[in-house]
Amino acid sequence: MYPAPFQYSAPTTIDETVSLLAEIGDEGRVLAGGQSLLPMMKLRLAAPAHLVDINGVSGLSDITANGHLEIGALVRHADVVDNATVASASPLIAATAPWVADPLVRNRGTVCGSIAHCDPEGDWNSVMLALGAEVVAYGPDGERIIPIADFVVDFFTNSLRAGEMVKAVRVPTADSRTGGAYLKLERKIGDYATVGVATSLRLGEDGKISEAGVGLTSVASKNLKAVAAEAMLVGNEPSAALFAEAAESAAAAADPTSDVRGPADYKRAVVKSYVERGLNQCMTQIREG
Amino acid sequence: MTTTAPRTTFEVGGLGHSVKRREDDRFIQGAGNYLDDIVLPGMLHMAIVRSPIAHGRIISIDTSAAMAVEGVVAVVTGEALAAHNLAWMPTLSGDTQAVLATDKVRYQGQEVAAVIATDPYIARDAAVLVEVDYEDLPAITSPQQALEEGAVLIRDEKEGQTDNLVYEWETGNKDSTDRAFAEADIVVSLETHYPRSHPSPLETCGAVADVNPADGQATIYLTSQAPHAHRTLFAIVAGLPEEKIRIISPDIGGGFGNKVPIYPGYVVATAASLLIGKPVKWIETRSENLISTGFARDYHMKGEMALTKDGKITGMRASILSDQGAFFADAQPTKFRAGLFHICTGSYDIGTAHVSARGAFTNKAPGGVAYRCSFRVTEASYLVERLADDAAWKLGMDPAEFRRKNFIDKDQFPYHSPTGFVYDSGDYHAAMDEAMSLSSYSEWRQKQAAGPTADGKLIGIGLASFTEVVGAGNSREWDIAGLKMIDSAELRVHPTGKAILKLGVKSQGQGHETTFAQIVAEELGIPFDHIKVMEGDTDNTPYGLGTYASRSTPVGGAATAMVSRNLRDKARKLAAHLLEASEDDLEWEPGKFTVRGTDASVTIQEIAFAAYTNFPEGMQAGLEGVHYYDPPNMTYPFGTYVVVVEVDPADGTWKVVEMTAVDDCGVRINPMIVDGQITGGLTEGFAKANMQWITFDDNGNCIGSNFLDYLVPTAYETPKFRLGATVTPSPHHPLGAKGVGESATVGSPAAYVNAVLDALRHGGHDIENIDMPVLPHRVWGALNGIEALP
Amino acid sequence: MQITVTINGTNRTADAEPRTLLVDFIRTNLGMTGTHIGCDTTSCGACTVILDGKPVKSCTILAAQANGHEVRTVEGLKQNGSLHPIQAAFKEHHGLQCGFCTPGMMLVGAALIEDNPDATEDEIRWELSGNICRCTGYKNIVTAIQAAGAQVKETSA
Repeated sequence: MYPAPFQYSAPTTIDETVSLLAEIGDEGRVLAGGQSLLPMMKLRLAAPAHLVDINGVSGLSDITANGHLEIGALVRHADVVDNATVASASPLIAATAPWVADPLVRNRGTVCGSIAHCDPEGDWNSVMLALGAEVVAYGPDGERIIPIADFVVDFFTNSLRAGEMVKAVRVPTADSRTGGAYLKLERKIGDYATVGVATSLRLGEDGKISEAGVGLTSVASKNLKAVAAEAMLVGNEPSAALFAEAAESAAAAADPTSDVRGPADYKRAVVKSYVERGLNQCMTQIREG
Repeated sequence: MTTTAPRTTFEVGGLGHSVKRREDDRFIQGAGNYLDDIVLPGMLHMAIVRSPIAHGRIISIDTSAAMAVEGVVAVVTGEALAAHNLAWMPTLSGDTQAVLATDKVRYQGQEVAAVIATDPYIARDAAVLVEVDYEDLPAITSPQQALEEGAVLIRDEKEGQTDNLVYEWETGNKDSTDRAFAEADIVVSLETHYPRSHPSPLETCGAVADVNPADGQATIYLTSQAPHAHRTLFAIVAGLPEEKIRIISPDIGGGFGNKVPIYPGYVVATAASLLIGKPVKWIETRSENLISTGFARDYHMKGEMALTKDGKITGMRASILSDQGAFFADAQPTKFRAGLFHICTGSYDIGTAHVSARGAFTNKAPGGVAYRCSFRVTEASYLVERLADDAAWKLGMDPAEFRRKNFIDKDQFPYHSPTGFVYDSGDYHAAMDEAMSLSSYSEWRQKQAAGPTADGKLIGIGLASFTEVVGAGNSREWDIAGLKMIDSAELRVHPTGKAILKLGVKSQGQGHETTFAQIVAEELGIPFDHIKVMEGDTDNTPYGLGTYASRSTPVGGAATAMVSRNLRDKARKLAAHLLEASEDDLEWEPGKFTVRGTDASVTIQEIAFAAYTNFPEGMQAGLEGVHYYDPPNMTYPFGTYVVVVEVDPADGTWKVVEMTAVDDCGVRINPMIVDGQITGGLTEGFAKANMQWITFDDNGNCIGSNFLDYLVPTAYETPKFRLGATVTPSPHHPLGAKGVGESATVGSPAAYVNAVLDALRHGGHDIENIDMPVLPHRVWGALNGIEALP
Repeated sequence: MQITVTINGTNRTADAEPRTLLVDFIRTNLGMTGTHIGCDTTSCGACTVILDGKPVKSCTILAAQANGHEVRTVEGLKQNGSLHPIQAAFKEHHGLQCGFCTPGMMLVGAALIEDNPDATEDEIRWELSGNICRCTGYKNIVTAIQAAGAQVKETSA
């Protein structure tokens, strides 16, 4: 299959990029890794009139950790798989990366592109929701910080404004009192998640949970932040009963559809099971430092 | 494992040598020549416009926008084809199929029009612009629905067709089977659906048709597993003189049955080339491959076993309802409407059996190809092997013990089955013994008895002891579309002792260029790499029915052995002449004749030279011949597979911990290649048990129309296999060989499914059935008592 | 637009539409047909090439994006008349049947053993999980890559 015809530009600076995007308007799309966009264009599910390829734009490939972990727009999934900075600053991100798509797609697809794509079956936005990430948007008026929960609007819809692109994503750095897990049920490598669950915990000095994150993949029209479950966890001592209760809440928040990957009840049951498992894995990580 | 030492050296490479494949040199260098690699001067490209709906009447087709695209040469519709009497074509099962729809569309993805353009991108752009108006008709998405009273008639154009029934067929002995059931202590029954699957070879189907307008000579490059049969069918379909049709089947990127039928795209590309006077290339997208070309399986089956209380099977019944799609296009022998499904008594000595089968038209793609399978033997093997485990469970017997108790004994061969097969040879107990030992079966049973694993997983052990029937056919019983299922080999030994072997079969990756050369090496002692093997060009190879249903070695291999032996007979005469000895005094060892009791000898190379330089008076020059082999019987490979799984009750996922496969395919020509066929087949079996299926929504929309929905396993999901072998030669095959390409696909699905059910049953859940694919949510549903899952 | 790609060490230039996929550019514009097409959905890896040192699916990259970059295909594995160890190992260990997925499998294998010649069976299976083979059941592909790794290590030792 082949994409429909389009115009192609390959700017070399971010300012050039955003002014082009502003100029083109709705018919323009940023091309980064292209591992979601190009397949849709080949199947003619998308037909943008103009692609703005940012692969030649400098300064977007960095991974830095200064107070928070920041991942630039051209950082590929594979770049975060074995990256020492990521491994220490966000073990959850490091642990998730290997389960995104397949090894070849990871060599090309970008973390930020996947975030911007807002496919509810994508893994990254669940992780970002669990971690309370911020999207660094860049437009003709400069930088704008968007909390991830505001960024993820709906099915394939983000809150970028005309002319804006995702410049980076940032998450709080982890410490020894933090744990995170991403559990994904896929039938094969490269399959969309039937269900994916991101969990993240931080314990306070008092041994109680000070921060909690639960993000869900493939169980709604967008990646879900299980806010009620998170609220249930914060301020309490970790326990099997608490985790079960939070898992129940997350499962109730899920709104999956019944399809060939399973009926809605099944998917909710998996959410419940994986939230419990994930929280337990978080605790194991914290205990083991 | 019984083996005999090879009679030839490794350099000669006869039977039993794992010599390296000769075809690999081009493949590892990216120098294969597949269909899409073919570029001819002035070649045009074709894209097909397909129906988006499953059932509807065509109101109008507007091609004007498509025609207006720069670079578009023609837009072909069914109406245009009808003018040349090409709008319909025969199928391999005696039905007719629309080439391009003229009246109705009958499945999603059906061919409606074709755009011919100078560039494939342009052809695709223009295809999107062909506007077709449909009047929707209700879609029939199951054979049960198709046979309901008042169901909409799918084949309203077919003379005499008043309902959606395709065929009714039965065999076996109903009365004695009914008696066996009436007298049974216990009856075990199973209803299950063997879901629609698709062979999906990595290379899709395609054609490059090149009809020379000056002389009408048609050279058609085709992804064909059966080029000769296709030439004949093309002659019949297109009304072209057969001598003017040359089918060339280049390197084929996997077939597995998908490349046996003739597809509308082939016919349209050829018609377009004929009408336009330029070569036309058509190659499917993956989606087109999955939605429109040869599916497999889709059998709704009910099986029953009559048993004594001590575990002896006394009778078997099987009834099936097959979903044929909109046209009856099963690639199978004419005489057997349900293929070889009636071998469903498998490896067991069952006194009586009865099989009844019905097929129905539905609004789905046609096909019914033998996907790595010998004509529906896969469905049969699955049913009986599932029943065997169910029976053992119900009787409280170990499933291995149950099988042993019912196996046909090795002394019973040739064994006449209750449905009319004559099994050539077997030693089922020996294969079972080997599998038990290799798989540490009893140790696994002990682990299972100790309860779930530390992390709560349920252990299950599944068995299957399959018997396959391959190598069709004999000319008395076997034909496809009237063509008798013989095959042939032509061998020409050159003066320097090198040779060329031409075959009627066609490799799609099975390694014919090596294996068949090894047969000649065995029979004549010419080193295998001095023998060029040629296939797939109908102008330059002898006639044959092609490669599918594991028939290449049983039929084409036998033809190769026989033609080699014929040449050896002539070589003996030449040797007698050269050695000035009597033929009776000559002793043959691979590669030379020696005068008995002396050291006077002559090599096959010297003999070959003499055949052109120094032949006796009255003898024709040359050393060549052709042999058409008509097999006296089918061959019956068998084996026992043992699968160990762990099931996670929380999410219903299961993983194969161990998979042991003991195969007996008779004498192994190249053991390395045989093992490769087996690991490939085991993977296909796993795929179908675990993830791979095509389904449809209520409107007839295909779910499984690309590799995002039609899941095929990667190296990561695929189990690690442990292989074992026993060798029970076929008594009637010249080399003692049986076919092996499909055994593992046929035999293994039941083993995987039995393993999962065994885990659940031993975990305290008395589960009757989970249909394939055994998807996580289905396991979870079974564990939680929730039925009717998608 | 004019696109120049350094393919197997040689600069090749051709004119192509912006929408031309890299795989079509290689196969059609450059006439190198060892890189195959097996699906439409970035699922099968038959089109795998090595772009700037990393294996990627060339059906999901625009030729325009490879402009000025280095691409290695199956045709570039053989060097100075000698097969790459991965090629020799695929033949030796029967790592291929129909040969259609083989270029992709070999390129992934070659990239892997350059990084990690000691890769274990599980590591190899993981790295191969973006490529589909319908014939072999993968077992011999894994064996071939392991053997090639050992060969590379021995040669460089």
